[in-house]
Amino acid sequence: MQNSTKDKITNLINSNPLMVFMKGTKLMPQCGFSNNVVQILNSLGVEFNTFDVLSDPEIREGIKEYSDWPTIPQVYLKGEFLGGSDILIEMYNSGALKEKIEVELAS
Amino acid sequence: MITKTEVINLIAKKIPNSEVLVENLKGNDHLQVTVISSEFNRLSLVKQHQLVYSALKEELASEAIHALALKTETPN
Repeated sequence: MQNSTKDKITNLINSNPLMVFMKGTKLMPQCGFSNNVVQILNSLGVEFNTFDVLSDPEIREGIKEYSDWPTIPQVYLKGEFLGGSDILIEMYNSGALKEKIEVELAS
Repeated sequence: MITKTEVINLIAKKIPNSEVLVENLKGNDHLQVTVISSEFNRLSLVKQHQLVYSALKEELASEAIHALALKTETPN
């Protein structure tokens, strides 16, 4: 991964408290897994930002290496990697996601 | 293309004391994988998934597995 790509990812993560790297946009997710994450976060009523990895091949590959995570979507909360769609769904179902996001965003 | 048995073997090799269940979601490249192992007791959820992904790194990169829904559990 080029340093410029790494810097761009770091910048996105640090400047957006809840950051989602996904395929497509909030309004037009291009993949079922990305759509799951958008629907979950929408239902929690929290503010979040997204980056469409389909618009940037460097970020699309770079984020996988950056997070040591082979799939998209990927969610970062306050600079910490939270997980992909499976983990988000699991945390959402247990109620842990709402609690974690509320605590982190309030601090 | 990858068979269920290949997926199970790759994961079992990486995590010897595990039980692996694989189902096809949509064709052979969309998989639902459940891994049960006491190995997960000491790991965060992210690390648990990373461990399983590391066993399938090449298959995910080559898109032999296009989509993987993963669930990790510890034995009761």
